[in-house]
Formats: sequence, C-alpha cells, structure tokens
Amino acid sequence: MKIKEILTKKEGEKLFLLGNEAAVRGALEGGVSVASTYPGTPSSEIGDVFYKIAREAGIYFEFSANEKVALEVSAAAASAGLRSFTFMKHVGLNVAADSFLSTVYTGVRGGMIVLSADDPSMYSSQNEQDNRIMARLAGIPLLEPSNPQEVKDLMKFGFELSEQFEIPVLMRTTTRVSHMRGVVNLGLVIKRKEKGCFKKNPEQYVVMPAHVRKLRKKLMEKLTRIKEKANNSPVNKIIDKGGRALGIITSGGAFNYAIDVVSENNIEVKILKLAFSHPFPEKLVLDFINSVDSILVVEEVEPIMEKEVLAIIGKHNIAKKVYGKLDGSLPRIYEYNPDIVSLGIAKIVNKEIIRREKFGTKLPLPLRPPVLCPGCPHRGTFFALKKAVKKLKLREEDIIYSSDIGCYALAIQAPYKMADYCISMGSSIGIGCGFTKATNQKVISFIGDSTFFHAGIPPLINAVHNKDNILIVILDNRTTGMTGGQTNPGVPIDGMGNPAPEVSIEGIAKGSGVEFVKTIDPFNLKKTEEVFKEALQFEGVAVVIAKHPCAMITDAENRKKGISIKYAINQEECIKCLICVKNFTCPAFFIEKDGSVNINSLLCNGCGLCTQVCPKKAIEVKE
Amino acid sequence: MKNIYKIHLIGVGGQGTVKASTIVGEAAMKKGLNVVMSEVHGMAQRGGTVVTELKIGNAHSPLIEEGAADLLIAFEPAEALRALNKVGKDSFVIVNSSPIVPFTVSLSISEYPELSSVFEELKNKVKNLLIIDAQKIAKEAGSIISENMVLLGVAVATPNFPVDKKLVIQSMKENLPPKSIETNLKAFEKGFEEVNM
Repeated sequence: MKIKEILTKKEGEKLFLLGNEAAVRGALEGGVSVASTYPGTPSSEIGDVFYKIAREAGIYFEFSANEKVALEVSAAAASAGLRSFTFMKHVGLNVAADSFLSTVYTGVRGGMIVLSADDPSMYSSQNEQDNRIMARLAGIPLLEPSNPQEVKDLMKFGFELSEQFEIPVLMRTTTRVSHMRGVVNLGLVIKRKEKGCFKKNPEQYVVMPAHVRKLRKKLMEKLTRIKEKANNSPVNKIIDKGGRALGIITSGGAFNYAIDVVSENNIEVKILKLAFSHPFPEKLVLDFINSVDSILVVEEVEPIMEKEVLAIIGKHNIAKKVYGKLDGSLPRIYEYNPDIVSLGIAKIVNKEIIRREKFGTKLPLPLRPPVLCPGCPHRGTFFALKKAVKKLKLREEDIIYSSDIGCYALAIQAPYKMADYCISMGSSIGIGCGFTKATNQKVISFIGDSTFFHAGIPPLINAVHNKDNILIVILDNRTTGMTGGQTNPGVPIDGMGNPAPEVSIEGIAKGSGVEFVKTIDPFNLKKTEEVFKEALQFEGVAVVIAKHPCAMITDAENRKKGISIKYAINQEECIKCLICVKNFTCPAFFIEKDGSVNINSLLCNGCGLCTQVCPKKAIEVKE
Repeated sequence: MKNIYKIHLIGVGGQGTVKASTIVGEAAMKKGLNVVMSEVHGMAQRGGTVVTELKIGNAHSPLIEEGAADLLIAFEPAEALRALNKVGKDSFVIVNSSPIVPFTVSLSISEYPELSSVFEELKNKVKNLLIIDAQKIAKEAGSIISENMVLLGVAVATPNFPVDKKLVIQSMKENLPPKSIETNLKAFEKGFEEVNM
C-alpha cells in the first residue's frame, strides 16, 4: 500500500490499515477541514499521514509547537464551524488539559474530535494514565474503538455526535489499537468546508466566572441528553453467545481478547461491548446487568467501568457479583493479552480453558536496549562534554544531568550515564532551576530542539530571571527524532510540506537575556569540547546549541544521492585501546572473538565521527 | 486451512520484519481473508527487538496466545529463543542463521549464546525447524538487505501457509520500492526454493 491511497482509494474498496492510518481516513470521510498535533507515540503515524496527504486533500494540517496549541488551533476551527481533529499521546492531553477542559465548557459549532492514544504497558511513555478518567474530569463524550475499522467509522460518528450536541468528542485508543493493522472497508471521502466564520458570542467563548457558571449548568444538561443517546446508540453492541451465568462488559482493545477467548473456548456468555462509553449508558448497562447472574468487566487500564457498574448495582440495590480488577480477577497494571484475559475468565467460569504447552530457554539472551543510532550527532555532544568535564576535573557526583523527553535521554546508558532526572516534556530546565537553588551541585540540562519549542522556553526565561547557574545544552538535530522525524518550528518546512520560517533557538536564548549563547557542530569534537569547557566555567545561564542533522536525515539524503560510505579498521594501526567501543559506543563497532575491533558495514552510516576519536587514526574509509 | 493461522515474526530493528509482515497481511486480504496484525513502533525500534504478530482468519485480537503460533519466523538466531514462549509442539519454526550481536555484548553487559547451542536448543525443542542462511542467499540474489524476502519465500513454501505465492508476490510489488523489486523477487524465489528442492 502507498500512503496516498489512504486519500485516493474509492468507497467500497479495502485497505490493510494501521489504526492510526484509519483515523486519517475516518477524518477524511467525516469531512475534516483542520487537523493539528504534536507528535507522540503511539499517535505519531496519524500526523505522518496528514503530512503526506494534506495538500492533495485540500485540508489544513500542522505540527503545532505543543499539544495545547494543537488543541487550541482545532478548537478555534470548530468554533468557526469547521470540522477539526486534534490528536496526541495520552500525556500530551495533560499539556493540553487547561484549554481542553474549557473547550468542553464553551462547546463548538463544527464537529471536533480529540484523540488520545494511551499506552498501556508504557512501551514509549513515562506513565500509564488512563484518559478515560480525563473524559470524566472534563465531562466530554468518549468513544473507544477496538480495531482500525472502528477507528475509521467512529471518526465519522464522532463528528456527527459533536455537531449534534455542540461539544468536542474524545476518542481513546490504546497502543494495540493505534498500532494494530486490519482490513478496513472504505467509505466515501466527503468534501470539506474551506473556511468557516466565527460568530461572536462572548457569553459562550469567554470563560469569565459569570459565563462559566452558566456554561457549567449547560454542560450538565448536555451530558444528560448525550447519556440518552449513548443508551440507544448502535455502536454499543450486545454479542450473545448463549448462557446467562456471566455477562462481560468490555471496551476498546480489551474487547478483542475477551471475544477471542470466549470464541476459542466456546464459553457461553453475553457480552456488552461499549464503544460509546461516556457518559456511561446507565439504562443499557442496567438492563444488561438484570439479564445475567454475574458480571465481569474487561477493560484497560483502570477499573473505571467496573466502578460505574458497581455504582449502578448499589443505586438499584442489586445483589450480583462483579468481577474485574478490584477483586483481583484481572490485573490493574499493564496491557492485557489473550493469556491474561483467559486466566481471568478461567477463575470465574466453571469450564476447562485451553492451555497449551509452550517452550522456553535457559540460555543467556543478549540485551538489545534502545541506543543512539550510528551517525547520531548526540553521541558527539555527549562524548565531547564528558571529556570537558574530565579535563576540568569535575566529579560526576558533583554534577546533576537533567535530561528530557527525546533520544538524548538514551545517554542514561553506560558509559555516558548522563541522565539523572527526567519526568516530562521540557522538565530538564525547570528541574535544573530547582536543583541550582537546592544544591551546590553543577546542573547540566539537556533538551532537544522540538522539546525546547514545546515546553523549554518558559523555564529558560525562569532560569534567567532567577539568576540560576546552569548549563543548558540544546541538542538541535533539525527534527523531532524520537517519534520518527517530524518537522518543528526550527526547521524550514511546515506540517503541509510547504516552506516556512525557521524560528531561531539562538535568537530566543538571546532575547530571553542569556549572556552566554554559543552554537557548535558536535561533529567537530575538539571545538565542541572547548566550548563546553568555557560554558561549564561560566557563572550564570549558559546555553550551548549543538546543531547537526539527525542520522535519519543524513541517511535519507545519502540514499537519495546514492552515496554509500563505510568505515573500517586498519588492523595494523589499531592498538585495541577500545575507546571507539567502550567510550564512544557507536553500535556499529564490535569486538571479534580474537579480540580485534571491527565495524559492521550494515550498521555503519558513514558519518566518520569515529575517526576523530581514534588516537591512532586507524579508522579509514573502506575501499 | 485452520480457522485461525497465527504467525509470530521476530527480528532486530532494520531487518525489515514489519515490511515482511505487512506484505503477508495484504496478501491475505487480497485472498478475501480477515487478517489482524500487531506492530511495534517508536522507542522500542531503535536497535531493539522488533516483534510483529499476524492472525489470519476469524480473530479479533492481533496478539498470539503462548504456545499457539503456527509459524515462527525468526530473523535472527537468539531472537528465535526469545520467542520460544509462543512456540508449541506443532509450531513450524524458520530461523535465519546469521547473528546480530548487539553492542551490549562488546561492553560485556550482556552475553550472546554460542550459535551451536542456540541451534541445538531449537532442534531439541522444535519438531518442524528450518535453519536458513538468509544472508548468504540474499547476497546471491544481489543484496544483503533482502534477507527478509528470503525468509518470506521460505515461509510461503511451508505446509499450511494460508496465502498463495502469487498473491504474496503481488503484495510485494505494491509494498517495495520499484528499483529494488527485481532483487527482492529473486531473494524471495531463492528462499522459496530452499524448501521445495
């Protein structure tokens, strides 16, 4: 499949789509006019697809500076009567939360969908928060698709729901839905509205206390009406497999495990699958509870629906057992899988569940932790900084390395060990500000270009104003790397692929009053080390911008130009000092059984940075 | 064909595991079968283990139960061992014989098992085992990076594989860059012949 087909394939045809790709098709079939995001796994591919098709589709798309801005862009579009779509990873919704909650109060005119891609088991995230709680906090309708087909279909459904009740709609996916591929039957891509018109109504759109008191009341009335809709919605389905001893209430990705276990083991149960799960469809669930003897709730991650079910049971004085997370039938942490769900069901139903023989091994298995790529400019930055620290005879325990969300946090590994604290986007500098006041240790903060634009500017200003003694290293690799290489405000291309002004990091630092601002190329190790030595001795806020394109960018450029340079070790010159292997740690290097050092040509990206590291100049271009 | 055919693919970032899986999935769709697949994206990809799972047939969840894989395609020998929990007595296992030793071994923070003991372990446990030198075959076909298509060729030739070769080839043509398609098809055919000789 070519990505363009997500736009061009006709109604009635099929595509084998990722959940994230299906979200784009659903938006197009729903007539989306404006889409906005800040990239974050597991939602990133949605933006990658929009980036490739937005111009041809005639819609507006942007990689916003952060999730809050992304949400605001879409909220404004929807207030002007356009259909809009903003999407982010689960923790991105925390960044957007301030405006998100208020947008639910103000409401919208055009349909607006906010997609939160949750990450049970935390494959690429700092926490396991379940944003179905956010739906309850905000008072927003919630949709939970189970597979790519439903992602697509619920997008269209969501736009209509949003417009009918003039309220944004939250769609919650999980990694296994976002990154699940499935057969999707396509519908018609409809024509979007080009421009909207904002009709002034300050009582609705200006959240002053006098206004929001009325809006809060209105929101509650809306939710009552929406609840009625959820009670009767065709997207909430009953699947009857016979038997009334047990009823399963489930949603999202968890439904897939439940239905597969039930089908494979021929368990006779009744299943209520909730795709429209907030406001919780109380009448529908009550009827379901009344039709079975006991209830099992299968949901990822928190026991949210389980508590709703318990509330209904309490309210109506029903004496029925509810199984789920709270009684330990199913685990409260991490994502589910078929084995976990079948184990849970086996405890409840009086039936033998299929158990298979499986194998294992006692042999040692090599660790493959995520690493900085061969050719990564961050390696030069860390290598040079490490040397500067050593030359100045600073002790490691007297330095706090405050890192941030991005590839450079991988410097946590030996031999660099340059990530001591990292909690959220932009936190490296704010945390650094705290440490400079609370300790006498030297603080070095690392932050990437995209992360700096996202949430690094206010804490930089804070550091200047509060006279902190801090070294801030901004690793500008000309892209948003960790999420796969999206544009950001510092590069000359926008989210539509059009030329755009580059916002200058150096200019921001100087404009904020930083006196020490220097830009270096980490591919010049000697110069980089010198600048770091200077910066480390500077009293006050020092900003060093390490600017060099990400290896993914140089790889792509080399492929395009047909350049393929590989390096190799001149074994006669090599003294096996192992600086390249143990101190520099480019993953293309390895030690042969006989102790000699070699470079894996498949991994080498030809950057040649290693030649500056070798004391014997034994690394040469391979003929 | 069985009701649901389950394939577990495991390899190391950069080996084209996801691409090979997508090709199989699209081919199954072309045959009119239902298919669900699970992929790994993001942080887990950088040099790490990459796992994809496919269920072809009437399944909802893309994740395979322990011991239930009909077919395991391991793009790397030690990774085959990592996936053994998905393998049962009737599973078919294809394993590439060329190891990729991570830098953690050079740094002495982890160990790579002796290759001979890896294969011995697999032979002892797995009844239907094919050890394939995909690197050598890919080189013969013209490009070392077509290892994934060699292994795909082997897979398609195994008994009970639910999708026809013709449809897989069609899907390859739609998913691989035009300039590399000739080499990839050659690699695929060579892999296919490994089983059918």
